[in-house]
Amino acid sequence: MSKVGAGRPNKLRRRDFLVGSAAGAASLASMTVKGIEADPTKVQGAGPSNLGQRSSFESVERLPAFNVVSLTPLEKLHGTITPADLHFERHHAGVPDINPANHELLLHGMVERPLKWSLETLKRYPSVTRTCFIECSGNYFPRSGDLSLPHEICGLTSQSEWTGVPLATLLREAGLRPNASWVIAEGSDAAVLNRSIPLEKALDDALVAYAQNGEAIRPAQGYPMRLLLPGWEGNTNVKWLRRLEVTDAPAMSREETSKYTEPLLNGTVRQFSFHIDARSIITSPSAPQTIEPGWQEIRGLAWSGKGRVARVEVSTDGGKRWQEATLQGPVLPKAHTRFGLPWRWDGQATEILSRAVDENGYVQPTLRSILKERGPGSGPYHFNPITGWRIMRDGAVRFSPTG
Amino acid sequence: MSFRFLPQFIAVLPLLWSVTAGAGEERFNLGVAVSPDEIREMAITVMPDGRGLPVGEGSVAAGEALYAEACANCHGEAGQGGPFGSLTGEPSYSPAEFAANRALKKTIGNYWPYATSVFDYIRRAMPFDRPGSLTNDEAYAVTGYLLHLEGLLGARELLDRERILEIKMPAQSFFVPAEEVEEIQ
Repeated sequence: MSKVGAGRPNKLRRRDFLVGSAAGAASLASMTVKGIEADPTKVQGAGPSNLGQRSSFESVERLPAFNVVSLTPLEKLHGTITPADLHFERHHAGVPDINPANHELLLHGMVERPLKWSLETLKRYPSVTRTCFIECSGNYFPRSGDLSLPHEICGLTSQSEWTGVPLATLLREAGLRPNASWVIAEGSDAAVLNRSIPLEKALDDALVAYAQNGEAIRPAQGYPMRLLLPGWEGNTNVKWLRRLEVTDAPAMSREETSKYTEPLLNGTVRQFSFHIDARSIITSPSAPQTIEPGWQEIRGLAWSGKGRVARVEVSTDGGKRWQEATLQGPVLPKAHTRFGLPWRWDGQATEILSRAVDENGYVQPTLRSILKERGPGSGPYHFNPITGWRIMRDGAVRFSPTG
Repeated sequence: MSFRFLPQFIAVLPLLWSVTAGAGEERFNLGVAVSPDEIREMAITVMPDGRGLPVGEGSVAAGEALYAEACANCHGEAGQGGPFGSLTGEPSYSPAEFAANRALKKTIGNYWPYATSVFDYIRRAMPFDRPGSLTNDEAYAVTGYLLHLEGLLGARELLDRERILEIKMPAQSFFVPAEEVEEIQ
């Protein structure tokens, strides 16, 4: 039960839910068009193939936008893992086509032994596999007004199971010199994108990853290898990683000065704002769905770059009362976490909201409080407001930016 | 006491060695040593204190000509109004003004905290249609021209590794690491 909730008016009774789902199944069956497809029990199916394909009845795609990103269709996915071909993209000079035979990772700077590795050599090291999200720092672009879909609002977050070598292992191979305090990571794309990473993070949970969801990383995600910094803004997770330079100061690269910084009302520009703060979004019901009165599951994703999601609270009355949603386990640190709450819509106009609370007690803020704290023109970086969906009397679901 | 198993024990010693390398002080020694020449070829990072700046120089006049040919299509004449954003020519704004109004344009003169970053980025990533193709002299020239447009370098000046370090960018003092900024909530 939520601390802030004032009771649980919509508590699910098992009998209601069973009745509701039986009715749902019946209506689904009556919608099936018979005679169009052959009865699959009366013909032999297709033989084995060298590469699996999605059902021809399914269509799920990323949404390319602004020429430099493609958005993960959050509302069409289940669970927490993003299929690799639906992982969001953000690149600054296109996706390079890298032959791993021509690619090496160089580690130099304030180290005792500058070293380089091929992809195959990196795979000889003890590997680590972990599941975590990557979210672009700028991930709030509701561009279709009240018809904005979840992926238009925050489709620049995706989750994979990543495998690679701990960066700490490679740094130990090279041997750190006493003044070492930063690692500048550089990609092999045409932007030669580089970011300065504090040594503390590099020695903590940073990976040089070469696999994503059990296979080689996709080109758009950094093939043949990328930096993985769990919980940190996407831009620091340098893709197509080719060089690591250990230094005693940050490079002050373009991506950590003129971009990925936040001017604040207090007269400063916040720099090196690495962590992704806790956030959630209801992915269903969401625009542009039309819902029916009765039981349905409010479901969505929650995540925090600073640890585990402790709880997700859902309001079905515009934020007056909050109930605690069920989290699907295991709840991993710095990972997308699926939440759900059964809800019986009574047919009245209302607004549904979700807010994430992480294990540090951080509570996802409202848009109003972010704009008040950081300024009415702030954003788009590190913008994680509570997102609402208005439910109209006719069941139409519409994005409500005020939350 | 039998020494019957001693040969076997000696045989597994290298194995124990490699197993403990993961957890202790020892190394796996799988990386290939790199020569200083190889590093020089790859190490293009320019630091704000001047480390990494190459030898070379470029005049504002040379930068103006190169800019018109290689940069103006995207960034507009004299750094203003191109399809990929103005680089120069905006008023000074405080961070609070930027925070209050997202329409205000961030430019080299009113937002970039270090001139070395401008040089570094132009040299590593520009021009967009032939990235990384500028010589060091050309990168100095274009950087110098843009700094000139922002009133930070004289029209008849040369930019080189000494001169660029003398340029104090107006926005530098605004930048504060996040850990020192009071967090929201």
